[in-house]
Amino acid sequence: MTSTAKRRRPRGRPSLAPYLILTPAMVLFALFLALPIGYTVYLAMRRTRVSGLGLGKGARREVFVGFDNFAAAISDGELWAGWLRVLGYGALVLVVMLGLALLFALLLDSARVRLARFSRIAIFLPYAVPGVAATLLWGFLYLPSLSPIRAVFDVDLLGATTVTYSMANVAVWGGVGFNMLVLYTTLRAIPRDYYEAARLDGASELQIALRIKIPMLVPAIILTTVFSIIATIQVFTEPATLRPLTNTISSTWSPLMKVYRDAFVTGDLYSAAATSIVIAAISIVLSFAFLRVVRDRAFGEG
Amino acid sequence: MRTQRLGAVLAAALTLSTAACGASEPTPEAAPATAPAGPVKLTYWTWAPNMDKIVKVWNEAHPDIQVTVSKQAGGDDAAAKFLTATKAGNPPDLVQAEYQHLPSFIAADAVADLKAETEPVKGEFGEGVWGLVTLGTDAVYAIPQDSGPMMLFYRKDLFDKYGIEVPKTWQEYGEAARTVRKKDPKVYLGTFSSKDPGAFTGLAQQAGAQWWSISGESWKVNVADEPTRKVAAFWDGLVKEGAIDDMPYFTPEWNKALNDGKLLTWPSAVWAPGVLSSNAPKAEGKWAVAPLPQWNAGENYSGFWGGSSVAVASKSPHRAAATQFATWLNTDPAALDLLVKEAAIYPAAAKAQAALGTAPEYFASQPDFWQQAATVSAGARGFTFGPNVSVTYNAFKDGFDKALQNGTPFADAVQGMQDATVADMRKSGFQIAS
Repeated sequence: MTSTAKRRRPRGRPSLAPYLILTPAMVLFALFLALPIGYTVYLAMRRTRVSGLGLGKGARREVFVGFDNFAAAISDGELWAGWLRVLGYGALVLVVMLGLALLFALLLDSARVRLARFSRIAIFLPYAVPGVAATLLWGFLYLPSLSPIRAVFDVDLLGATTVTYSMANVAVWGGVGFNMLVLYTTLRAIPRDYYEAARLDGASELQIALRIKIPMLVPAIILTTVFSIIATIQVFTEPATLRPLTNTISSTWSPLMKVYRDAFVTGDLYSAAATSIVIAAISIVLSFAFLRVVRDRAFGEG
Repeated sequence: MRTQRLGAVLAAALTLSTAACGASEPTPEAAPATAPAGPVKLTYWTWAPNMDKIVKVWNEAHPDIQVTVSKQAGGDDAAAKFLTATKAGNPPDLVQAEYQHLPSFIAADAVADLKAETEPVKGEFGEGVWGLVTLGTDAVYAIPQDSGPMMLFYRKDLFDKYGIEVPKTWQEYGEAARTVRKKDPKVYLGTFSSKDPGAFTGLAQQAGAQWWSISGESWKVNVADEPTRKVAAFWDGLVKEGAIDDMPYFTPEWNKALNDGKLLTWPSAVWAPGVLSSNAPKAEGKWAVAPLPQWNAGENYSGFWGGSSVAVASKSPHRAAATQFATWLNTDPAALDLLVKEAAIYPAAAKAQAALGTAPEYFASQPDFWQQAATVSAGARGFTFGPNVSVTYNAFKDGFDKALQNGTPFADAVQGMQDATVADMRKSGFQIAS
């Protein structure tokens, strides 16, 4: 090796090393994220065309159709009706779930609670129950002839309007624990000095919660809200699992259910790919719109 | 979410690679000197109970063709999975294909034409069932395995208690339904399920429906035909006046109603004893079977609910061996005997009747169960299924769900099935004769 090469290496090395270290991540990203997304886009622009009866060899071929599938997906009223249903369901889940999570986190953090450790685990535990199992469990509680709830007050929990509340209940039951834990951990990280100072100034526990804890929790609340928005947009498990038990949930109740139906029930992968891209675009827009609206509040201090 | 998806893809990749290793691994000890590749290995997707036991008998007798059973969930999911696997390039060699899904397999070019191989066994099957695997064309796309002629299952003890005669016609069925409601408002004669298009299809077939047919190079689609609308209107009337219930089949609630004696009949197929014995174990020995009620007194028609065939994947490299196995499974007397005893199915092959000796345990009080089935089977009529039955069936579920929920006419739901079916076929470019 020549001396010039030796002198050049110190300058060359730092520009190469980061790429080497990044390679595994980039390869994994390309293989398991970029490639599938690319394939989805590719599928979304294609469609099978059959000729005549469509039986036998060569009767069916795949053709390029450009944006036809997207146009069909966007103009499908069922998709937007699904969005409306999910919007109502999501608003319900978001408000109740995050409200309860905040309430529980504040209660657990206040000094006076007994059995704090037990309560924390008890509230968190439903999150550990898989979604399908949780929905089935609640589904059995909802079924008219099996339900112990029906014995107390007579409401059809799987009726046309009540079914949304019933599903929201499952999501809230499963989601409160996780969100509470996020908020609670943030609360524990707040230096205790603030509370002491507030108490010396004569603030009550309620005032401390409202004036100090909640403002300091805002970034964490925003984080949990974004997670919850994304999760509700993707709602699938609850309606899909409850569907066989009632005739009030259609196969296109939520946008993702429509994707599933297109891909795996009616065997139209191309429409499913197009619809899933539309859904992804909408959820990205919604999440970023929310972040933009609250950006100043959340990251203002930085 | 993202990590989950990544995990799933990783898992799938791993399974693929291990599966590939498994397939390419030679088995040294069993390889005969003449065939360098060793025994042919076949995979078989099925959901018939105890099929692994039946396959074991084959494997022991045929060391050169080894079949591995891969148990499937069954129904529409299994069909979707097979189509997806075909698209992905790794389908099984053999697949259980329900008659209504076979046309979609054929349309996707997923199953092989077995015309030459099946010529010798064609005579083993009735014309009706053979038509379901040929679609009336020259090709043969599968070998029939079982059929599901529909019958009326009823609670004999409770019929006696409420003083009801077994209905001979659907009009009598309606009358009986009203009588039951009067005698005990907690009990229903039956229920209309919006989740089981297969059952409705069978009832429409009984009435003489022909949802699809092939004329020349184009399809005829007539889901909302006269017989189908008649059947829909009949059940519509009974549900609307509250004479029968509207809970779906195969739900915990339905099981409970069967167990508690709150549902007195189930128009179902010959495979019903298996379902009843597992879902309503408490009522063992109390059920009896009769032919379906008829539309006109004196007729003897029935329809089919379920039934499947065994197809060979078009991408299978071992078509001859796979066909040989499928033929043995569905025509060999020993295999048919096993199908009846182990898998508890009603074989499609005509000579299987001999294997059907004693009635199912659940129906011990009805020794002539299989004779009844054979009589009904003779009068059962089906129709050619179209290439997109899954679309039609999905439209059934959504349409009838809505009709039950909003109280709209069943006729609208039937029209919705027709419209969805035609729209989907048009979208794909199928030629449709109006």
